[in-house]
Amino acid sequence: MSYSTKVLDHYENPRNVGTFNQDDEGVATGMVGAPACGDVMKLQIKVNKDGVIEDAKFKTYGCGSAIASSSLVTEWVKGKTLDEALTIKNTQIAEELALPPVKIHCSVLAEDAIKAAVADYKAKHGEMVVAAACKG
Amino acid sequence: MSPAYFDHNATTPLDERVLQAMLPFFRERYGNASSRHEFGRAARKAVDEAREQVADAVGAHPSQVYFVSGGTEANNLLIKGAAARLQPSQVAVSAVEHPSVIKPAQELREHGWKVKKLAVDHDGRIDRDEAANSLREPTGLVSVMLANNETGVIQDVASLAELARDAGALVHTDAVQALGKVPVNFPALNVHAMTVSAHKIYGPKGVGALILDKRLDIKPQITGGEHEKGLRAGTENVPAIVGFGAACALVASHLASNQMQMRERMDQGLHAMGAVLFGNGAERLPNTSYFAFPGIEGETLVMALDRAGYAVASGSACSSGGTDPSPVLLAMQVERELARCAVRVSLGRSNEMSQVESFLQVLQDEIFKLKRLAALAV
Amino acid sequence: MIKTPIYLDYSATTPVDPRVAEKMIPYLTEKFGNPASRSHEFGWEAEKAVEEAREQVAALVNADPKEIIWTSGATESNNLAIKGAAHFYKGKGKHLVTMMTEHKAVIDTMRHLESEGYEVTYLMPESSGLVDMEKFKAALRPDTILASVMLVNNEIGVIQDIAALGEVCRAKGIIFHVDAAQATGKVAIDLAKLKVDLMSFSAHKTYGPKGIGALYVQRKPRIRLEAQMHGGGHERGLRSGTLATHQIVGMGEAFRIAREEMVAENERVRYLRDRLYKGLSQIEEAHVNGDMEQRVPHNLNISFNFVEGESLIMAIRDLAVSSGSACTSASLEPSYVLRALGRSDELAHSSIRFTIGRFSTEEEIDYAIELVKNKIGRLREMSPLWDMFKEGVDLSTVQWASH
Repeated sequence: MSYSTKVLDHYENPRNVGTFNQDDEGVATGMVGAPACGDVMKLQIKVNKDGVIEDAKFKTYGCGSAIASSSLVTEWVKGKTLDEALTIKNTQIAEELALPPVKIHCSVLAEDAIKAAVADYKAKHGEMVVAAACKG
Repeated sequence: MSPAYFDHNATTPLDERVLQAMLPFFRERYGNASSRHEFGRAARKAVDEAREQVADAVGAHPSQVYFVSGGTEANNLLIKGAAARLQPSQVAVSAVEHPSVIKPAQELREHGWKVKKLAVDHDGRIDRDEAANSLREPTGLVSVMLANNETGVIQDVASLAELARDAGALVHTDAVQALGKVPVNFPALNVHAMTVSAHKIYGPKGVGALILDKRLDIKPQITGGEHEKGLRAGTENVPAIVGFGAACALVASHLASNQMQMRERMDQGLHAMGAVLFGNGAERLPNTSYFAFPGIEGETLVMALDRAGYAVASGSACSSGGTDPSPVLLAMQVERELARCAVRVSLGRSNEMSQVESFLQVLQDEIFKLKRLAALAV
Repeated sequence: MIKTPIYLDYSATTPVDPRVAEKMIPYLTEKFGNPASRSHEFGWEAEKAVEEAREQVAALVNADPKEIIWTSGATESNNLAIKGAAHFYKGKGKHLVTMMTEHKAVIDTMRHLESEGYEVTYLMPESSGLVDMEKFKAALRPDTILASVMLVNNEIGVIQDIAALGEVCRAKGIIFHVDAAQATGKVAIDLAKLKVDLMSFSAHKTYGPKGIGALYVQRKPRIRLEAQMHGGGHERGLRSGTLATHQIVGMGEAFRIAREEMVAENERVRYLRDRLYKGLSQIEEAHVNGDMEQRVPHNLNISFNFVEGESLIMAIRDLAVSSGSACTSASLEPSYVLRALGRSDELAHSSIRFTIGRFSTEEEIDYAIELVKNKIGRLREMSPLWDMFKEGVDLSTVQWASH
């Protein structure tokens, strides 16, 4: 299995690994995937009063591509409004990381993680919940 | 003085360049080509490169090359593997095929196949008209060798392949003896499958290949892993495969045509001594002379020649265990008595004209001695 | 500075021992004759070397040289033994018994026979990887013609009690085949005592060359086989094809060395393995796969919980190790051997097989321990599952998003 340089870079130097306190104001969590699928992604976002994601953190159990996809997503969502974050598509992630076909599901999972985190935020703030699913 | 080696159709010495290509793969680059780590990937890359070299040597695509343990396995795999995917009908093989084609074909009888041996003429050539006649019977599989190991006679495989294809049969050619001696081009031969082997072309023993039209459905004969795209299980013999590739890369620039002059001198000398030359009327490999001195047992003559420092063969190496006359010669309607006298000289890259000259000299002396002995015995 | 990657994959293949290489090379160069050539010195010389090697191979396992048949490797030996015997004795019955943890060369051959109308029982091992004798006995039927159980498992290194299994088979007149590809040089084998009828060997797992193996075919009582490769009638008609003299000579020399040095080498290798085991045991949630007692001294197969297998392999790519067997590692399927032991997919995925060998050093082992510790730590820091485990969440009770 050979990985692209971008995957290797994110894998070796993952950005924004860590955890926010879920009880903090503005923090929302999306956890997608399942151990049996081989991937679990936890994406946390910190949203400011203007509805802009000012910080993001992740933890991922999964292959190098899954780790790289979640690391990349934490960079991409920062500075975006929730609605802007929701426009990030798995194809963009896959393209940026040059994922091979067998690893496309990692990018799908990362997109789902964003959706799940945004849904969690909206639920916390009284909006409708959208369920996320693992496409492993 | 080291003996002169005149038995290149049995096996060939390894080319020094082939040895150098192989050596790193025993001790340094020893990975299992199926392993995912760096050692494994290095081995895989070497196997892939060798596959390209083999493909190039026969005008095939690398994806058509399947590595096996040698010519015998390739012939077995093709004949049994192709037959297993066909409705039993007739399998036609030439009467002068190598045992590794004839025997597997005969094995097919157990599965309801009929075996037809295609007759050859007095010079060892398959009779095209008779072959056409034989193929009127529903025929699933035809195997015709490109060059015969004993006589060196070259068959018109392309034309026979056309006949076979017209009859709806799959066609295979055993090109083990032809490769390296005459140009071999897989597409031009018009066959579905072809067997080649490394140790006949100054490569190592223990490796060969089946060149295969990918549309052909072949049932694997050795199972247990996804090696060779599932057609042949077993850890890849990386050093030997690398050696096979290296030997193939040398084939084009070292065709046996430069042995033609020596062979002509050999034939001329043999003829002058009263030898019968087999397959003399047919197109032959440029390195092979197959002959007999009536009344002088082949076995006796080769022993005498061995003592005199010349390594030659009587009949093919594989069947030399027995004392039966060569089935190839019998198929050519050679008298049993004369067939017993057969001796094969097969020249190679290392031979020189001076060796041929001194051989003819020695042969003359030995024939003289043996004839005298024979006369005394009477 | 240590040279990486460090080779710890001696069960996938081994480098050729320098002494073996030295003996092989003359048979590639000046002594190049075809052993089947009966008419000149080149052929006789090659034939003599082949027969000497046959004696060396026989000597390692205390067999008669006449009981050793050359093949292209253990895969071919397994094919020849199982298909050859099943075809020859099909009149007696069409049932065979093997284990789910056998090498693919045995499993796929059994599947092939199933397609020909034979019936095969695949025994599940205990969680230790060992076969239960009572379950084995219960699987044998009046129409059972052959049982095949490997001596040493390629993935987890456990040693089956083939002496006892052989007794059971012999008492019932069932042919007993043993795949010993992973065993030579690691486990003492005495075929004069063992009730084994057929045994497969490989050279390249024991510091010999690739492309050569052997099959032991017992003479007393005589076991008959149907040949699987036909042609010139080499190897008494059981296996046709020009003998690869240099490879055979290499296998002979490799087995000679194994016989002479096995005891000392196993002691040294066991020390290194135990050192590795001790080092890696300090990692939390590390689980050894397979029995630690009935095991060859060079194998350690261990799973690291809450770490995903592929990222683990990527993290420790300075170590040439295997996850699952080399033959299946191209696919992402979890090891069927570990699943047969009852391991979850997650644990099977995160398993690493370390196999230590003749050229491994203590320094390399220490380096490997440190590397694995660091990388596991790093991956777990990134793992949400590890957090949950540390918070005391029972992962089996978590409702994961549907998939």
